[in-house]
This record gives sequence, C-alpha cells and structure tokens, in this order.
Amino acid sequence: MSLGLTEFTLAEARDKLRAREVSAQELGEAHLSAIGSAKALNAFVVETAERARADAARSDARLAKGEGGILEGIPVAMKDLFCTEGVVSTAGSHILDGFRPTYESTVSANMWREGAVMLGKTNMDEFAMGSSNETSHYGPVRNPWRADGDNRDLVPGGSSGGSAAAVAAALCLGATGTDTGGSIRQPAAFTGTVGLKPTYGRCSRWGIVAFASSLDQAGPMTRSVRDSAIMLRAMAGYDQKDSTSVDVAVPDYEAALDRSVKGLRIGIPTEYRIDGTPAEIAALWDQGIAWLKDAGAEIVEVSLPHTKYALPAYYIVAPAEASSNLARYDGVRYGFREDRDDLTEMYEATRAAGFGAEVKRRILIGTYVLSAGYYDAYYLQAQKVRTLIAEDFKNAWDRVDALLTPTTPEAAFGIGEKNDDPVAMYLNDILTVPANMAGLPAMSVPAGLSARGLPLGLQVVGRAFDEETVLQVGRTLERAAGFDHRPTPWWRDQP
Amino acid sequence: MSLDKATVARIARLARISLPEQDLEPMAAELSGILTWIEQLGEVDTDGVAPMTSVVGHALHHREDKVTDGDRRDDVLANAPESTDGYFVVPKVVE
Repeated sequence: MSLGLTEFTLAEARDKLRAREVSAQELGEAHLSAIGSAKALNAFVVETAERARADAARSDARLAKGEGGILEGIPVAMKDLFCTEGVVSTAGSHILDGFRPTYESTVSANMWREGAVMLGKTNMDEFAMGSSNETSHYGPVRNPWRADGDNRDLVPGGSSGGSAAAVAAALCLGATGTDTGGSIRQPAAFTGTVGLKPTYGRCSRWGIVAFASSLDQAGPMTRSVRDSAIMLRAMAGYDQKDSTSVDVAVPDYEAALDRSVKGLRIGIPTEYRIDGTPAEIAALWDQGIAWLKDAGAEIVEVSLPHTKYALPAYYIVAPAEASSNLARYDGVRYGFREDRDDLTEMYEATRAAGFGAEVKRRILIGTYVLSAGYYDAYYLQAQKVRTLIAEDFKNAWDRVDALLTPTTPEAAFGIGEKNDDPVAMYLNDILTVPANMAGLPAMSVPAGLSARGLPLGLQVVGRAFDEETVLQVGRTLERAAGFDHRPTPWWRDQP
Repeated sequence: MSLDKATVARIARLARISLPEQDLEPMAAELSGILTWIEQLGEVDTDGVAPMTSVVGHALHHREDKVTDGDRRDDVLANAPESTDGYFVVPKVVE
C-alpha cells in the first residue's frame, strides 16, 4: 500500500479522483491502513472500515459515470459529537455508552450526500468540554507532534483533538470539528492544521450533541485553506430542523481563495496583546502583519475594549447552557444507567458515574449561576457583557474587513501538565472565545514553528457570514508562511 | 465568591448528580476558584445594556403547522437501557 496516497491534500485527491488517476477504493484503503498503524495516537473512538469500503465503491461507480458531489470519494473522519445513524456516537462520554442514533446529523448527511467516505469517529473531550482532549472517557489523544529532541507526549488541543490529530497524521483528508470556545481553532494551531469555525448559523446544529447551544458551531479541519473552503461548502446550508441555522446562500468558497488582499483593511486588536504572551507568539503575529502588508493589505490598529471579559462571560454562558442541555442524560432514554430502586437515586447515581470530573464541574457551575437569587448577578450580567463584546466587533467592522491575531497564547503543552487548575486550562481559549461570543467566523492557519519545533497558528476573524474574506486572508497567510512541516511519524505501529 | 459544602450539596442535588460527602469540600474549593475568577465581570458597567438573545439577529422562519415527522416509536425506544411494551421502564415512582 502506497503511503503516498495519504499525503495528498483534499483538493489534490479530488482532482485525481475526477481524472480517474486514483480510485476512491485505493484512497480509502490507504487511509484505513494508516489508521490501523496509528493506534498509538488514540485519535479514533470508532473505526468504520466496512462502511468506508462500501462508500468508496459507491463513489467509484459515480465517478466512473462522470458524476459525483463536492467530496466524492474523499475519506473523512467525523468528530464523535455528530450523531451518525447506526454508528455508535459517544460524545467522548461514558454516559452515552453504546448509543446508536437512529438518525443522522444534518452536517454529516450533507457530507455523505456530497460523496464523502466515512473512516470513523474521532476522539474528543467529553461533551466537547476541554482544551486538551484529556477529559475523554476514551483516554487522551496524543499529538502527532513532539518537541525537538524530546519524546514526551503532548496534547493535540481540544475539544476536537482526535480530528486534529487524524488530519495532522494524514489518517484522513479532512475531519469535522465543532467549536464552542475554540475547539476547532486551538487544536488546529496545536497540530499545524487549518481549522475554520464558521459564522453561528452557517452549519446546522441538528443532530450534533449539544454543549452550549448559543455558541456551538461545526466546521472543517484540514491540511490546507483550499481544503477548508471545499469542505465547508459541503457542510454548510440552511436546515429547517435547526431554527438558528440561517437561510443565506452558500457561496463557492474556493472561488474566493485567489482574490488578492490588496486594499483590504486588516485590524490588529490592541487588547489581544496580553501580558505574559511569549515572545515567539508576539513575533509570529508581527510576521503575519508583515506578510499581509507585503501582500498589499492596509494594517489598522483597532480596539476591542471588552476582550478581557469574554472568557469569564463564556464560563457563565457555556456552563449554564450545558447544565440545561445535559439534563437529558438521565439513564432512561439512552446510554448508560446505574440501577437503583428509587427513581431520583437512579438519576443521581447514573449521572455521578456517567459524567467525568470536568463535565460535572461545568454542570454544577451552570446550575449554580442559573439558580434562584443568582441569575441576575451571573447569567444576565454575562449576556449583557456579551452584547458589549459583539458591539466592539461591530464598531471594528466600520474600519476594517478582518482581524488578525494569534490563535493560542502558547504551543501544545504536555499531557497531564495543566490538570491541577481548571482556570489555567480555560485560559488557553482566551484568544478564540470572543469570536464565539459574537458568533463570528474565525480560522486558524499554521504559520510557523516555536523554538522547540512545535506548530503555531494565526487567527483570522471576519464579519458574520463573510467566511470568504476569512478564507482569502487565510490563503494569503498560508502562501506567505509556506508552512510545509509535517510531524515525524513516530506513532507508526507503536502500541 | 466562596461556596460552602452545604451550597455544593444543594446544587448537586438540583443537578441530580450524587456527590459523596468526602468530595464536597474539594468540589467547593474548585468551584469557588472558578467563580472568584468569573467575578471580574461585576466591574463592567452594563447599565442600559440589553442582554444578548441572538448573535446573528435573524428572523425566525415560519412553516405550515403540519406534522412532518413521527410514528417512530421503535426508533425512540431503540437506545433505552430498559423498555417494555412500547414504554421506557423506570424504578417505581407511585406506591
């Protein structure tokens, strides 16, 4: 089996499939074989080899007739937060043990309709609550990347850590992620991949296990900006089944990629220069600014005064919504049950044994901030602050077309390194959360390596429903950075 | 804000998560740490600011009021830990 077949970008594979230079079945087998020899990464929770083979055969039949959708024959991995009909869907939680949905999420259904081949479901932080993939019931994912001269395991970021690792290690051509506070962009930055969180409402949330409904959004994780544009087009679109999905046309994002950024105004938010930012992150940011300037963009310093309040406000809004969404896991309708003679005791024992520590913490915080007497001080205040955060961005759009920031305050850290202090872990999302609070599209593009040889990402944030400009700026950064580093495959055939 | 053990026990009860006595104190400390950090929000002047209700501010779609799905009892029950005769089975609640 040629390993070369896993080294294409999604766009290259698509072109070769259409030209009949490779078959979907060859491409599928190459990826299944790569997954088989990458158990050490723990990137997959469920592998669906038989399904992949059937999907690929169907794609080859369509391609032979000159037919096929946007992702025809492309092997992809699905974050295990998406419900997939007949295929175990766990959300990384013990409480969904053995859950086989009898329905398909809209986003995954859109991708299958466009011809994608399903390789399996990827590991993730439990219910997408985490920034390191360490809260998964199925164990942590190991980052394919290691620091120079150091073979200690690093986290791939989270919550879409399995998807990011699978893309970075060339186990699939693209993977789905979801992003509530940075869960696509932070793992993308940690693994040298491209992650795009679309505008809230761009992709249907129907059939995605809910974490925080006013923030959750699905998006693509890929190895190039072009791949991201292709995949987003297949995922996006209005859905009657999600009242918050928005009925606006889905453009051909790929067509936006070659537009020049000449004359585009790029904002640099002063408040993102946080005390204690490592010098190499600041230097990467300056480099990004220089690249865009060289490409003809106009650089404008802007102020987003409420930035520092986005993260604490998020840690009221997200747990509050989570405590409500996760009330459904009661041991009655699906998943795991801890048997007791009394109904309330059954609920309490099921939830105590079924949820992990971080999920319990967030449910308790959420329950507290919504409880009688505290609602105004916490939840209402957070939603007001959220209005101010969104207004900051609105004011910025009068002066600029997109914003450029680093994606994360640091490179990937070690497994187990931040487990003692929840707040230290939360601070990883400080640069990504504001875009969720305002519902804006944002993307992380790999832009360089740290002094220790680990990938670092730059983030582009755009106006609502203007993913095209985000992709256009992202493509410009990608071209200038020429980031072609790949992790050394230490994981092959390791236990 | 510092939460005491009794408050943690109360919210755990509200959330239907049993917490053993020995876990109350450490959980109180963890939650207090998070809440103390969150409390910086209090310094933001939000007088006259409307709370966010929708980030995209689009109008909701209307559709004809007719049944579009249903008649899927077996699907609904397919994942139940215990079901019988078309019902979910739970511990007895009425004597």
